[in-house]
Amino acid sequence: MAVVYEKTKLLTDKPLHYCPGCTHGIIHRLVAEALDELGVQEKTIGIAPVGCAVFAYDYFNCDMMEAAHGRAPAVATGCKRVNPDNVVFTYQGDGDLASIGAAEITHAATRGENITVIFVNNAIYGMTGGQMAPTTLPGQVTTTSPYGRDPALCGYPIRVSEMLATLDGPAYIARVSVHDVKHIMEAKKAIRKAFEMQIAGKGFALVEVLSACPTNWGMTPQEALKWVEEKMIPYYPLGVKKEVE
Amino acid sequence: MGQKMLMKGNEAIAEAAIQAGCRFFFGYPITPQNQIPEYMSKRLPKIEGGCFLQAESEVAAINMVYGAAGAGARVMTSSSSPGISLKQEGISYIVGAELPCVIVNMVRGGPGLGSIQPAQSDYYQSTRGGGHGDYRMLVLAPASVQEAVELTQKAFDLADKYRNPMLVMGDGLIGQMMEPVEMPDYQKDPELPEKTWAATGWKPGCGRDRAIINSLYIDPAVLEKHVNHLYEKYAAMEANECRWQEEMTEDADYVIVAYGTTARIARSAMRKLREEGIRAGLIRPITLWPFPAAPIARAAEHAKSFLTVEMSMGQMVDDVKLAVEGKKPVHFFGRTGGIVPTVREIITEVENLAKEGK
Repeated sequence: MAVVYEKTKLLTDKPLHYCPGCTHGIIHRLVAEALDELGVQEKTIGIAPVGCAVFAYDYFNCDMMEAAHGRAPAVATGCKRVNPDNVVFTYQGDGDLASIGAAEITHAATRGENITVIFVNNAIYGMTGGQMAPTTLPGQVTTTSPYGRDPALCGYPIRVSEMLATLDGPAYIARVSVHDVKHIMEAKKAIRKAFEMQIAGKGFALVEVLSACPTNWGMTPQEALKWVEEKMIPYYPLGVKKEVE
Repeated sequence: MGQKMLMKGNEAIAEAAIQAGCRFFFGYPITPQNQIPEYMSKRLPKIEGGCFLQAESEVAAINMVYGAAGAGARVMTSSSSPGISLKQEGISYIVGAELPCVIVNMVRGGPGLGSIQPAQSDYYQSTRGGGHGDYRMLVLAPASVQEAVELTQKAFDLADKYRNPMLVMGDGLIGQMMEPVEMPDYQKDPELPEKTWAATGWKPGCGRDRAIINSLYIDPAVLEKHVNHLYEKYAAMEANECRWQEEMTEDADYVIVAYGTTARIARSAMRKLREEGIRAGLIRPITLWPFPAAPIARAAEHAKSFLTVEMSMGQMVDDVKLAVEGKKPVHFFGRTGGIVPTVREIITEVENLAKEGK
């Protein structure tokens, strides 16, 4: 019987701990498939964040490091500078990357650090139980914005991809979504591209992936995917924000 | 030993690190340690495989150290007190993940921004673990530029041996003064094991398990086991790595305990006191942790009392008291805020003890 689809060898057999309807699983798979297709398993070092993906080191079947909250781009920098032939990626959420780690991501980007960043934006702190994130939408209810995020009180969400695309350092920055099959296929292409850029030595590449968090949004998985499409994408427009030749 | 050179402490430490195989340095400017990153930025790019990177913050620098150490490199960072405070998060993670690295603290006056003048007021932070969790760092406190060179090189071997960060702690004077120094002919400890645990790339059947550089142990029983393992290493450090220097303690009535630059000043005071007929002695801890309690306990058998002298309001004095176990009085004299005690001040302190029969 012909094999038409199988689990990528860049994922371990460990069952994922993510909630039902969470899109981390899809994004893990896309990253793993891209690395597998590029044939770089034995060169790859992944850097896990603090957040829902904190256990990523149990899932990606390659050498891994677990970083302190927000510091993954600095850890990746140290790792990549020692072994420039390694393929080094960070996998970070929005609290990790856009709040506590805002300095580390910005400076890794502006240095043109030759790493790949997978930035999972679900507009909320997942692991700690649904608090307001730097990417929480205006009016969005979270456990620390119970009346809805009020920009007059706590400011506006950060559009990380657009912000970093203003810098000279980055080679590739794109925002994608995984709310339906078409967008998942596009996300896969962007993620693969971000690794190709690193392998070609072009410099810093980041893919922001809009992701659903039904548990902390208080929605069913279907409602959550719809919310990504109807609420998040208008605020966080998809597309390639920067790409060097 | 090579040629004798006149070198500034900070530059000598940087060169010593390079000679010991350090090829990666991540740091951030802060006075009075700037000559270390400056020297590294000049030298490392000229050495094959060498990399100096000025980080965006102390926080980033120590996490770059984490990444480089996790990839198996000999790596160093340096800073001064406020910057070392910022590094504490990273140090805790480095300890938890059992990564070797060398950290230099050229201590300045505090708290807060304090001053840029020499101090020893980071003793608690250094020896008690300034970050969160159960851990220790081996702390080496040189009293001369020559000793700073030797201890820096030793620190790289010890870091690899114990897979734990090592702290070289100099009061700002050690970094800023120039002294004649001979670069030792560094030979790496041949017994150091290969870093088979490093994250350098893995595939099935490559001969080792997947490397996971990590300090997260979510199961309390597993974390307790991990911390017990760390403490086995600390017990080995206490048994094998404690260093100190003793002078004229055999017959001493008054034993001065001081480290770093303060110990050199105390040595001059001790000699003058001997000339006056007051039997003074000196114990100079070289490792602040593990603390040399044994020679202090021995001296407590015959000495009348102890005088701990520090460039702080009294931090190491707690360890001296623990070592003396209440057998003899332990007095304290200190200057702080960046003020260096004088030989005269120490002499007067001991003279007063002798006069009052304390």
